[in-house]
Amino acid sequence: MRIEFYNGNVASAEGAIHAGCKFFAGYPITPSTEIAEHMALRLPQVGGVFIQMEDELASMAAILGASWGGVKSMTATSGPGFSLMMENIGLGAMTETPCVIVNVQRGGPSTGMPTLVGQADVMQARWGSHGDYEIIALSPSSPQECFDMTIRAFNLAEEYRVPVIILMDESVAHMSEKVMIPDEKDIKLVERKKASVPPSEYLPYKADDFVPEMACAGEGYNVHVTGLTHDEKGYPQATSPEVQEKLVRRLCDKIRENEEKIRDIEEIEMEDAKIALVSFGISARSCKSAMKKARKDGYKVGIIRLKTIWPFPEKYFEEISEKVKKFIVVEINYGQIKLEVERMVGRKKVVLLPKMGGDIHKPEEIYGKIKEVHNGN
Amino acid sequence: MEIEGEHHPLDEYLRADRIPHIWCPGCGLGTVLNGFLHALEETDIDLKNLAIVSGIGCTGRIAGYINVDSYHTTHGRAIPFATGLKLANPKLKVVVISGDGDLFAIGGNHFIHAARRNIDMTVICVNNYNYGMTGGQLGPTTPLESKTTTTPYGNIEHPFNLCHVAHASGAVYVARWTALHARRMKDSIKEALNKKGFSFVEIIASCPTTYGRRNKMPTGLDTMKYYKEKSVIKHGIEPEKADIEIGGEIIVGKFVDIEKPTFNEEVEKLIRRFHK
Repeated sequence: MRIEFYNGNVASAEGAIHAGCKFFAGYPITPSTEIAEHMALRLPQVGGVFIQMEDELASMAAILGASWGGVKSMTATSGPGFSLMMENIGLGAMTETPCVIVNVQRGGPSTGMPTLVGQADVMQARWGSHGDYEIIALSPSSPQECFDMTIRAFNLAEEYRVPVIILMDESVAHMSEKVMIPDEKDIKLVERKKASVPPSEYLPYKADDFVPEMACAGEGYNVHVTGLTHDEKGYPQATSPEVQEKLVRRLCDKIRENEEKIRDIEEIEMEDAKIALVSFGISARSCKSAMKKARKDGYKVGIIRLKTIWPFPEKYFEEISEKVKKFIVVEINYGQIKLEVERMVGRKKVVLLPKMGGDIHKPEEIYGKIKEVHNGN
Repeated sequence: MEIEGEHHPLDEYLRADRIPHIWCPGCGLGTVLNGFLHALEETDIDLKNLAIVSGIGCTGRIAGYINVDSYHTTHGRAIPFATGLKLANPKLKVVVISGDGDLFAIGGNHFIHAARRNIDMTVICVNNYNYGMTGGQLGPTTPLESKTTTTPYGNIEHPFNLCHVAHASGAVYVARWTALHARRMKDSIKEALNKKGFSFVEIIASCPTTYGRRNKMPTGLDTMKYYKEKSVIKHGIEPEKADIEIGGEIIVGKFVDIEKPTFNEEVEKLIRRFHK
């Protein structure tokens, strides 16, 4: 074990290296660029390849290609680049290609606030590409979590054969803190299931437990991979509603049915909480000191910090709404996670404490909202 | 479709269970696929290490008919996908086969940058002067004055000379043929496959259904006759002098064949600095 002083971006890049990432394709964009820079420095040292592409469309396509070439691959970007990646994130979901995308959120929409914080890409991460699909998105609140969650992102991508998005934000990306780097033997890595039968018996999109075995290029399986609706053989069946039904259901269900396994929530002081602050990323940190002060003043308030944002922990909120009376959603957007919480907690009161971007919540503002909500407003 | 007792000599290269293909009668794509497979037969490439990548469109369907690892990607992004594939596994021979719209309109930026970097791959562009799959719209190679569904009064845009674009962007091998030049096309594809670095072959091919019938070539045969009448072989000519105009000469031949270090070689050199 060793201790480093890293910002969130560098910690995420180091996490990728420790997860066994061997390919990074990216395009410079504030506030994510340090990830590309650090990968350019580190990948050749570990026998991997860094390439700076001509744009984010190409970056996303390249990491899909690299994944089919048999290696773990990643890209990093921010809002405008994330938008450009959407079509190929859909290709990744459709072709079940393991890969990791870091989106360091800044203020939007459009060019917005390139150097300042935002958390408004939550829904885009889930719904950004066309059609029905599911992805996984994680949200770190510290450089340590940037490191740990990047490893977890690769593990989830490999396990479920799905693009995994790390929804970072500018503040976490640019804050520097102590990061513990475990010894290699203490890092648990997951690798994709390889084809276990000979080529003559192999069906590339046959899945007994939702996730098919993956045969990459050069392994002798002559696999056809297409973004068109395809059958278990991988062959296009673009005019068959039956094949579409089976495929799209499986693409969604492999994540939905495993939500509890993918779920990662930090509960703070929730045992007796009547008011819950729901937050993630940098905003959850502001919640902590507000909560502490509120507790001191006798308010029964706790925090639900979403470390996994997608798939949304629906059952968890259904259950917790039995005992929590009111929810305050603290996020740097105009109410994206709020919609999800509202959807799950029935008639319980859900209050939004938003920011439009460029600034983080001050603990006093959150404390004020706790008081207000407690007093029935 | 299987016909009892009948075998095509290229069956081992094809996903026979996917035939018949989707292409129209008179389309040049069958000829190109045939030429590609015959070229492949004449190389030492291990099929296990061959990967075909395509984008979207009629030509984009080629990948699905060849019985190797094949990737049918998004519109325009075959080249960056192929770049990732090749860099992740340098043992692979990576070939991109796609159409003029896919590679040079929506995917044009990727083409010029892959050529500039000299990524080790072969790109075959089937240029049929229009978007066939969507019913015959203007493409980046549609000749001036041509009629398409989106240029009903004749094309007023200047088309790309693809070989000039490839050369100017840094391709190490550039050749152009038409679907009429079956043997020469095959020879050029073979040379391109054996070439280290970014090699490019343009094949001008008939599209009677959506382009030809609006431009006085309603059948594949009419287009072949047109190629026969207009094609002039000029090996080694400066690609910029090989513009294509409606009714004008179609200059074909091998235009560029040079050597320069590939991106892949440079990456390997860099990695070796840390792994002696």
